[in-house]
Amino acid sequence: MNRVFAVTVNNHTGVLNRITGLFLRRDFNIQSITVGATETEGISRMTIVLNVDDERVTEQVVKQLYKQIDVLKVQDITDIPTVARELVLIRVNSPLATRSELTTLIDPFRASIIDVSRDSVTIQAVGSPEKVEALIFLLQPYGIKELARTGVTAVQRANEAGEAGRPSRNFVLSI
Amino acid sequence: MVKTKAEPRSLSGAQMLVEALKQENVKLIFGYPGGAVLPIYDALYQCGIPHILPRHEQGAIHAAEGYARVTGKTGVVIATSGPGATNLVTGLADAMMDSLPLVVITGQVGTQVIGTDAFQEASVLGITMPVTKHNYQVRDVNQLPRVIKEAFHIANTGRPGPVLIDIPKDVTQTAAPFDYSTAMKLPGYQPTLTPNRLQIRKVAAAIRTSERPVILAGAGILHAKANPELLEFVNRTQIPVAHTLLGLGGLPASHPLFLGMAGMHGTVAANTALYEADLVINIGARFDDRVTGNLEHFARGATVVHVDIDPAEIGKNVPTDIPVVGDAKQAMEMLLAENLTVTNADSWRTYLDNLKNEYPLWYINSDEELKPQKLIELVAEVTSGEAVVVTDVGQHQMWAAQFYPFEHPHRFVTSGGLGTMGFGLPAAIGAQLGNRDGTVVALLGDGGFQMTMQELALLVDYKLPVKVVVVNNGSLGMVRQWQELFFGGRYSESLLQTGPDFVKLAEAFGIPGFRVTTFDEAREVLGRELQCEGPVVIDCRVTPGENVFPMVPTGKGLHEMVGVKP
Repeated sequence: MNRVFAVTVNNHTGVLNRITGLFLRRDFNIQSITVGATETEGISRMTIVLNVDDERVTEQVVKQLYKQIDVLKVQDITDIPTVARELVLIRVNSPLATRSELTTLIDPFRASIIDVSRDSVTIQAVGSPEKVEALIFLLQPYGIKELARTGVTAVQRANEAGEAGRPSRNFVLSI
Repeated sequence: MVKTKAEPRSLSGAQMLVEALKQENVKLIFGYPGGAVLPIYDALYQCGIPHILPRHEQGAIHAAEGYARVTGKTGVVIATSGPGATNLVTGLADAMMDSLPLVVITGQVGTQVIGTDAFQEASVLGITMPVTKHNYQVRDVNQLPRVIKEAFHIANTGRPGPVLIDIPKDVTQTAAPFDYSTAMKLPGYQPTLTPNRLQIRKVAAAIRTSERPVILAGAGILHAKANPELLEFVNRTQIPVAHTLLGLGGLPASHPLFLGMAGMHGTVAANTALYEADLVINIGARFDDRVTGNLEHFARGATVVHVDIDPAEIGKNVPTDIPVVGDAKQAMEMLLAENLTVTNADSWRTYLDNLKNEYPLWYINSDEELKPQKLIELVAEVTSGEAVVVTDVGQHQMWAAQFYPFEHPHRFVTSGGLGTMGFGLPAAIGAQLGNRDGTVVALLGDGGFQMTMQELALLVDYKLPVKVVVVNNGSLGMVRQWQELFFGGRYSESLLQTGPDFVKLAEAFGIPGFRVTTFDEAREVLGRELQCEGPVVIDCRVTPGENVFPMVPTGKGLHEMVGVKP
């Protein structure tokens, strides 16, 4: 199954390389990885999706990440309420005759056309990975000319009090 | 007049490095100069810290490993950019696997040309990332003091390991204020040293109810200098101890509860203990596959306690029932405070004792040939078991682990995790430099010796009385053994047909060389030459077809040993 990890790291040169290199040599298979700056200067956040079945592998991933000097915090946010989104850009064949059909089709996905040429349009959609998958599936018959997905990025959902939801599964290392 | 704090003095990057090494109390540097580190070597000139020049960068880093192993201090290595740095990779991987503290400085091409495939440029940061605990490239001279300080801190705290600092040439030539007193901020690096008391209580409870307990003692005991506590703990609880290869010397080999080495070439007593135990207490070992054999059969009925300073080692290979993250010494101290008494395991101890007597390590003696095992026993006899024994990798390494009785910690220097051939001679040089007055015996196979034999020059250069004992069987012995046992005796490329004349080789370097072919000759020459002051090379022509037994074949469990009896 897919597990989602939120990893806070120092924003240094090569840190992404450290993390992906670690995954390569430890044989952890990355589904997607997104990185960007956070509200704190000098600190970035990665959202890493891994396909792992085994609880022990999950534990190893977290522990190995913590061994990196530049990793500040690792959270397995798979089982807690999160808001997870992915951006996809799809350039799809769209002769004039099918254009209105296409518009109707993508409407329920709250996707939008952001670029138009004579034979194709570029569609932008934001949503859960499942929603993105569904949209791609529906657009396939038209002929996808180009496709780019960002991978998932996620944050914890706030609860009603406005605070972050119940604490995520922080691995306490001094077990 | 208002008194202002004195401005820190301005130094070039190279001068900063030397100043920082002094402040880190570095007593010895191993290195090899080259274009990109010329400013550093200029700053080192007459700086007061002795520098050891090997004949190859690999020699420098293995020597630093040997030095770190016997002294517990951080070894410092300098190499130039590109080929100098890539020649260090094997040593970095070796130090990483065996948790040895090193700070490695590599030169880099100037910042203006990084990324242009400049002369002697290699992406050292990228190349060494998987084989270092951490690495840095310093692009701004103002960062240099902080980085050096962090590097030493990271290398020798927590689980020790090699840290590399890559410094572009122009950074070493640029001047900036030098201040080494700044506080270190490493929020992502906070090793847990003190174990959780609750977990320690669980361990104590498990010990109280155990009837078949065994301790697996690894190198973590030695790194933490926890051997007195281990001895006290074993005396108090009477729990038998199996050692890993790198843990040898943790408990004196003469101790009645010492079961010997566990694993692939371990003793029947140690392996049976791990297989049949109801409680395995691993202190400072990482459950390497050479120790556990097939994991399916490892400690199946046992409660597993794992004490390790590196949380990632716990549960990595063997599921752990009671994890204890922390320093081995602190863990042992806390366990001692639990006031445990002799464990209820009398029949277990008797059983293991009988196994020790019934299945001792063995070899078939011969008067005609020089048996390698008997040669190791002879070395032990001649050195009264008090030498620092440095080995290369292969059969002779296993025989040394089996037949040399290690009574003290830090007396066995060997490449465990990576199994690096060529390690032995340079590591012995580092060991002798770290232990000037001790007897250092370099036990080398003829294969491994030929990988780094150019370092013999250092024995003369630095007047190091290393006793090189070549266990010469004219082959890559362990490869030959595997081909004999598992590949139908097809000795593909494992026989060294045309070895050099090691006696003449030694003499070419200005070192006395001897050749012995019988035990009597060996006794006479070793007895005489190991007492002499200077270095010596003794080419010992041992029985060529001898194998290391007993053995757990790969893929088998510890209970499936072969060759346990003649």
